[in-house]
Amino acid sequence: MSFQVSHNGGVTLVEVEGQLIVGNRQELKQKVLEHLEGGDRKFVIDFSNTGYIDSSGLGVLVSLSKKIREQGGELRLSSLNEDLRTLFELTKLDTLFKIADTKEEALDGF
Amino acid sequence: MENEIVLELPTDVRSIEHAVDYVMRRCDACERQGHRLQLNFRVGLTEALANAMLYGNGHDPSKRVRVEIVVANGQIRACVTDQGMGFDYRSVPDPTTPENLLNPGGRGLFLMRQLLDEVSFNDQGNQVTLVLRLDPGPSVLEGGAPA
Repeated sequence: MSFQVSHNGGVTLVEVEGQLIVGNRQELKQKVLEHLEGGDRKFVIDFSNTGYIDSSGLGVLVSLSKKIREQGGELRLSSLNEDLRTLFELTKLDTLFKIADTKEEALDGF
Repeated sequence: MENEIVLELPTDVRSIEHAVDYVMRRCDACERQGHRLQLNFRVGLTEALANAMLYGNGHDPSKRVRVEIVVANGQIRACVTDQGMGFDYRSVPDPTTPENLLNPGGRGLFLMRQLLDEVSFNDQGNQVTLVLRLDPGPSVLEGGAPA
């Protein structure tokens, strides 16, 4: 997994490439927390180029969402493929996150 | 026709992705079975390996995880065994209830049960068996040794 971080009009956009799984979830968590501690409050994590998220990856997203909310911010997700949407729906995490179809939609809506 | 893959993995979560990819590449049935096997079986096997390494073997690098994959009788069966003390799989709470939804963990076993046709444990709780029934048609593990 690799990820690109950019800033778009006050929103921190993290684009995940590859799989977000137990073996690499801490990298994403650490990077987002660095930006949170640096003062960023609005986050979008985009999964346009993500094939799979396992339960550990889902857990990291839940954990990050909690920490960002505690700081008065918000984490939104975008571009889940059909498989990822299935996993979010099964686990009911689709009720926890605002999920946009595209990163542009997520950024525009903030 | 019956085919089998057996793997012995170190307790290293970084090995999970490679191991699952290897199994999926070897499984010729995956190409023909398509989406259900690519999603359901891949997710189930990944979660079983993660549970075995994290909770079964407790991250102990001296312990190993054994994986046995068998395609036979219209189903693919994965048996994942760790060297831990086992756990009470019946006590794992439903992660989708409102009080558990914000918990960072506890979704692996739930996903296995949702996506596989059968999920069972041995009495000790250190071995999980996953079964996914295949659609009718030929299904072999490419290059796998006949049982």
